[in-house]
Amino acid sequence: MTDYLILRVTAKFLIPIILLMGLYVQFHGELGPGGGFQAGVIFSAGLILYALVFGLDRLSDAVPIVALKVLSSVGVLLFAGTGMISVIVGGEFLDYNLLAEDPVAGQHLGIFLVELGVGITVASTMLLIFTLFAAQNDHV
Amino acid sequence: MPPLKAATDPGWVSTLMIELIANNVLLLFLAIVAVAVVRVRQLLVSVMLFGIYSLLSAAIFVVMLAADVAFTEAAVGAGIATVLMLAALARLPGEKEEARARGQFWPLVLVVATGALLIYGTIDMPGFGKADNVAHRGVAMQYVERAPKETGIPNMVTSILASYRGLDTLGEVLVIFTAGLGVLLVLGGVHTKIASPLRPDAVGIRDGERRG
Repeated sequence: MTDYLILRVTAKFLIPIILLMGLYVQFHGELGPGGGFQAGVIFSAGLILYALVFGLDRLSDAVPIVALKVLSSVGVLLFAGTGMISVIVGGEFLDYNLLAEDPVAGQHLGIFLVELGVGITVASTMLLIFTLFAAQNDHV
Repeated sequence: MPPLKAATDPGWVSTLMIELIANNVLLLFLAIVAVAVVRVRQLLVSVMLFGIYSLLSAAIFVVMLAADVAFTEAAVGAGIATVLMLAALARLPGEKEEARARGQFWPLVLVVATGALLIYGTIDMPGFGKADNVAHRGVAMQYVERAPKETGIPNMVTSILASYRGLDTLGEVLVIFTAGLGVLLVLGGVHTKIASPLRPDAVGIRDGERRG
């Protein structure tokens, strides 16, 4: 890829910032605007930009499609699993108060885990959809 | 909500004026973009215009102090949705559809009638940001009073979405998961092999031109 020099340099500069922004939105969502959903979308946008500029095979090297399939279910399982833990402990589904000794600490932990699950599923599903669309592109 | 702090803040008149101007300008742009989306004949251009439409909506949400919603609209509507539309566009053959000029009278009547009904419906809407609105009389006050104490999380939107309405959010995540699953099945991606690199010109940067 010797052409698109400006595009490549700009993308190389932007992608780390976008990914960092995604992580920031993910883990700072309790304090500022944002949360798992927005973080997942931003994170996948950064990786999609990578695929657009450097090629889909480079992205597949970094994030294999199998990993995307697994991760999109891992996020849902993390969310539902957090809910199930409180059921096992003896409470109701998604009752985070029981996750720790202190109810407020339990809420913190529960919301953190649930948001992480949302972020993982959203990011991997968005990437999966994009990869599938783009990979089919050359077979048409 | 600006109207609530109107009594204490002496600068509220100018704040309201600025908000009014910003809202009206943004809504005007929104209307212009909407008309342009309908009128434009190139799919690439209309996808781009949809992105602009989402970005303008996000700006309106910011003016309405709904930062989380604005965030989502900007990231999803202007970002991911546009890219996915471009990826889908690159799969289409590059032929242009001929514009059909006939039979536009009855659709116009239908659209005008529907629009008039919708505008008539907005007359019954409660005032924007009024404290005694129906939406604020139910559980909303409970959330405002209890969320900081019970969850200890400053961003109330996060605590409502993740904790109080956790089941709804789980449903949303399942919807996204199902969407991914559906695309995986429809596009035959169960055994997808990545054949060749996707280059910038493949996603329609060269204006709907078909590759290969």
